[in-house]
Amino acid sequence: MANKAAQLMLGNEAVARGAWEAGLHVAASYPGTPSTEVTEFLSKYPEINCQWAANEKVASEVAFGAAMAGGRAITCMKHVGVNVAADPIFTAAYTGVNAGLVIVCADDPAMHSSQNEQDSRYYARAAHIPMLEPADSQECKDFTKLAYELSEELDTPVFLRLTTRIAHQRSAVELCERADVPVREYKKDAMKYVMMPAMARKRHPVVENRENVLSQKANTMDVNRVEMRDASVGIITSGACYQYVREAMPQASTLKLGLVYPLPMDLIAEFAGKVERLIVIEELEGLIETDVKAAGIACEGKNLTGVQGELSVEKLRHVLLGADMPAVSGADLPVRPPVLCPGCPHRGVFYGINRLGLNVMGDIGCYTLAALAPLSAIDACLCMGASIGMAGGAERAQGKDFSRHTVAVLGDSTFIHSGITSLIDAVYNQETITVIILDNRITGMTGHQQNPASGMDIHNQPAPQLNIEKLVESCGVKDIAIVDPFDLKATEKAIKDAVAREEVSVIIARRPCALLDKTPKTPYVIDGCKGCGACMKLSCPAIERHGKLVVINPALCNGCGMCEQVCPFKAIKCGKEA
Amino acid sequence: MNAKFDLVIVGVGGQGTLLASKILGRLALKEGCGVKVSEVHGMSQRGGSVITHVRVGDEVFSPIVAAGEADYLLSFEQLEAARAASFLREGGVAIVNTQVIWPMPVITGAMQYPENPLAVLEGRTVECADALGIAVECGSQKALNLVLLGMLSRHLPFAAEAWEEAIAACVPAKTLAVNLAAFMRGRELHA
Repeated sequence: MANKAAQLMLGNEAVARGAWEAGLHVAASYPGTPSTEVTEFLSKYPEINCQWAANEKVASEVAFGAAMAGGRAITCMKHVGVNVAADPIFTAAYTGVNAGLVIVCADDPAMHSSQNEQDSRYYARAAHIPMLEPADSQECKDFTKLAYELSEELDTPVFLRLTTRIAHQRSAVELCERADVPVREYKKDAMKYVMMPAMARKRHPVVENRENVLSQKANTMDVNRVEMRDASVGIITSGACYQYVREAMPQASTLKLGLVYPLPMDLIAEFAGKVERLIVIEELEGLIETDVKAAGIACEGKNLTGVQGELSVEKLRHVLLGADMPAVSGADLPVRPPVLCPGCPHRGVFYGINRLGLNVMGDIGCYTLAALAPLSAIDACLCMGASIGMAGGAERAQGKDFSRHTVAVLGDSTFIHSGITSLIDAVYNQETITVIILDNRITGMTGHQQNPASGMDIHNQPAPQLNIEKLVESCGVKDIAIVDPFDLKATEKAIKDAVAREEVSVIIARRPCALLDKTPKTPYVIDGCKGCGACMKLSCPAIERHGKLVVINPALCNGCGMCEQVCPFKAIKCGKEA
Repeated sequence: MNAKFDLVIVGVGGQGTLLASKILGRLALKEGCGVKVSEVHGMSQRGGSVITHVRVGDEVFSPIVAAGEADYLLSFEQLEAARAASFLREGGVAIVNTQVIWPMPVITGAMQYPENPLAVLEGRTVECADALGIAVECGSQKALNLVLLGMLSRHLPFAAEAWEEAIAACVPAKTLAVNLAAFMRGRELHA
């Protein structure tokens, strides 16, 4: 029974609340599903100095700088964001922190919104940074506060690991007041903070000692909890998996780990000794299982659950109890993947690219959806900012002629995140690639966060706006064009011209995101359709084929007018003219 | 209150399914029930299929409803109701907005929209309504979710006043009258 005074909170909101209650001073993040809302909720607390950073590495450096200078700090990112931020994070483990530093990383098993399902727990091991993993919103709040205590007690950054099912579930949270935590003194200490070889060699033993201390302490920490029930099966688990285990095998004894690195090996051995059959239930990689086995304790785990995707109550009943997997309906139904919105300015660019039959090095953002049928306009998508480097590499392998029918496509936020250095590299190395920056002035896919190109800060207050064309020019690009992607002819001509030139060309396709343009729109209508299908090539969700003819759905049409430009029979008109 | 039920809400990204789960979650919590809600954010908001799980009971562990165990299916669109049919237990109740939204394979003519998508729910109680039309009559198509919640409310053990308190806490003040009207219309539909 829940406490009626408690609040229902999203896991991410509870992390923000916990950080605020812990007296947090500074937050810096780059958006990434499923971590984004932590920073959005943090920005609503006036006591916290909060910012969107250009990327996760910058965010981590800002957060580290804040902690080193005496303020409690946080940075939040999705799992692949940790790859970007890994450089400062690994060495921050050597320096330690002064005031508490928490790094929230949100993994995405089953890849609801991600390009891979890497397991962030490996980072905790590789960098020798403690990692906590909550299993509901109350723990999201409590563990965040605990993370600050551990961070300052042990002088180390601390990871808080979430997964999609914890970050994006709502459950009850009891609220507390904000602690009054003054900013600590800034102390020069070159032996601690200047990581040159001589100093770093002295810090490495500190890291090892700290980890040994925490490994011992882990055996008695409240967050590592043995719950003895039926002793015939004992399950070691953490996070969302704990909830699935409790549901699927309510009678099984459990060792619920709140600290997933370092592991409480004495506690694990004690638990193993009390149960007949020991099983580790963990999503993704078998990290806990490997350590348990390395300690000479027999257990099962990945032989039952595998490493792919998410676990579930159904799957655990299947592998632990032999129950059948329930049938799933809908396999024969038309799929409903996400699509580029009606009126999305990216559509004009991909329409032109398809008309020209180009190779497309894609990138990460809403526009990655152009890879799906019927646009099918993207050949490769690897990671944030990779499009430019991939286009350069392709030219080096295939020769300059390849770049005469190839483009790199990325959004404004992605370009700022990690495309700028690649563009400098392309100019410096005398490549002849064409880069199209889809400048919709927002970070779209993660839910409209401001960025340096939008001219607004995290509080929607005016901020200096990055001039992308001047930046591109400064990188050494001479051929720069700015087009309105709603003007299909001009956009296609700009792409055709740029691709033909034997130099690095940049096209900035500029128009705000359709979801943010609130001016009233008049839907377009078709009168006299011949069924030629020319407009269908736009792949607009508002343009529907009914038998041989095409109809525009007025409930969906956003009035962009691209379809009017492509109809060879002039049958499409704006509703107010028709 | 000792309410115990599992509910799955499905629809198309942008239809307002998250507000429905937010209201329901708050209501259950204020009535003293244990509750967990699981949402999908990010990519699926761009017109894709969306699903939200709501679990209410004394002690709720998993935030996800297991297949075949939902007591209620609240669907904002017919095809999505069919896609989620296997969540509903035998004897469960499906509440379906009769609205049809074509997915991309149908829009392009590559596939047909099923003639009778709700046929897969045969054997369960299915309550249908043109919730979108009713919402428009109440003053805003966005109130579609409140019409469906109104229909659901007759099956759940919470008083009308408790629903109204939860709705008032979750919707903007200026839309409260429209939303309450939509809720009451839904509540009276199958009375």
